[in-house]
Amino acid sequence: MIIKSLDPRITRAEIEAEDGKNPLELKPLDHFETYEVFHQKKRGTHHVHVGTVHAPNPEMALLFGKEQFGRRGTCVNIWVARTSDLFASDYDDSDIFENTPEKLYREAAPYKVMDKINAYKAKQENNS
Amino acid sequence: MLSEQTTLAVKELLYKMADDLLILGHRNSEWTGIGPMLEEDIAFSSMAQDKLGQALALYQLLHQLGEMEPDTVAFTRNSPQFHNCQLVEYPIGEYDFSLVRHFLFDNAELLRYEMLAESSYEPLAKVARKFRGELKYHKFHGDTFVMQLAKGTEESHRRIQESLNFCWNLALGIFEESPLEQELIDQGVWKGEAALRQNWLEAIRPILESCGLTIPEENSWSPVYGGRKGEHTDHLQPLLDEMTEVFRVDPTAEW
Repeated sequence: MIIKSLDPRITRAEIEAEDGKNPLELKPLDHFETYEVFHQKKRGTHHVHVGTVHAPNPEMALLFGKEQFGRRGTCVNIWVARTSDLFASDYDDSDIFENTPEKLYREAAPYKVMDKINAYKAKQENNS
Repeated sequence: MLSEQTTLAVKELLYKMADDLLILGHRNSEWTGIGPMLEEDIAFSSMAQDKLGQALALYQLLHQLGEMEPDTVAFTRNSPQFHNCQLVEYPIGEYDFSLVRHFLFDNAELLRYEMLAESSYEPLAKVARKFRGELKYHKFHGDTFVMQLAKGTEESHRRIQESLNFCWNLALGIFEESPLEQELIDQGVWKGEAALRQNWLEAIRPILESCGLTIPEENSWSPVYGGRKGEHTDHLQPLLDEMTEVFRVDPTAEW
């Protein structure tokens, strides 16, 4: 059996696996599960997703989340959630978020603030 | 203004605290790149950096009391001039040893700083309050990891217990008293090593017992003293040689 690797260069090298085992097949518990980390910069503001850590349980995920994502800049609180607990939409269904052109009034773009932003951008471009 | 006698006692206290942090910070930084998993590698290295920062703050206090510049103090002394306890100079060994050492040391450290936050010597009280948050995290990290592994597999439990047995007398060496201890207590600088040791035992006992770990029998305790007086194992000098290697190339260089 030829080794199939996440690294395409190894797959292309067509290396024969030892005793017919494919190293990509993971046994259960070979890896910790992943936790999504959300941090809050200031009390009262939203928690924002900042990344993912490997951990065996929520306590350890907090521990690692703090070091990976809370040690630079300000942070007052962290949430962690098991990645597998997140219920997510399917990328195949991303067309559900599309808007038809005649409903432009529902998009934020035409609001007055955009005029100001565009005017500011134009001014910056003229200056440069 | 501190009296001459109190100044001497405070300096001794600052030296041993700073040296503990510098040496353990350096030891723990040796895990950088070879930690047991990516997240823990980063966490352990980050805490090692915290320790160096804390050591610097204490060397700066010493400088204000008339000692040499922090860099000179940190990088130009030899083993007999260091006042760290022997626990911190042992090589990193296996991860279970480094972890248990970190657990025992940082539990003591958090309590030490809590006691010092009340110090009559205000510059030290200020430093102690400043680092409270970092130390709380270090304790949280040590507690969580030790409990996790003690409750893990038969092997992980056994290894943590064996490291605890190995570290125990060395850890008791943290609390070696100074000949000037009473001066510090009388002047309200802090309540002293004996009080800290009592607080420490009360803090760690329930944590260890909650996960089935056993503290060695009290009649077998034999604290490893000497570190505070400059008596060290053969492990310290090679560490110092390595730590100061770059500094010694050009001691006057600006970094």
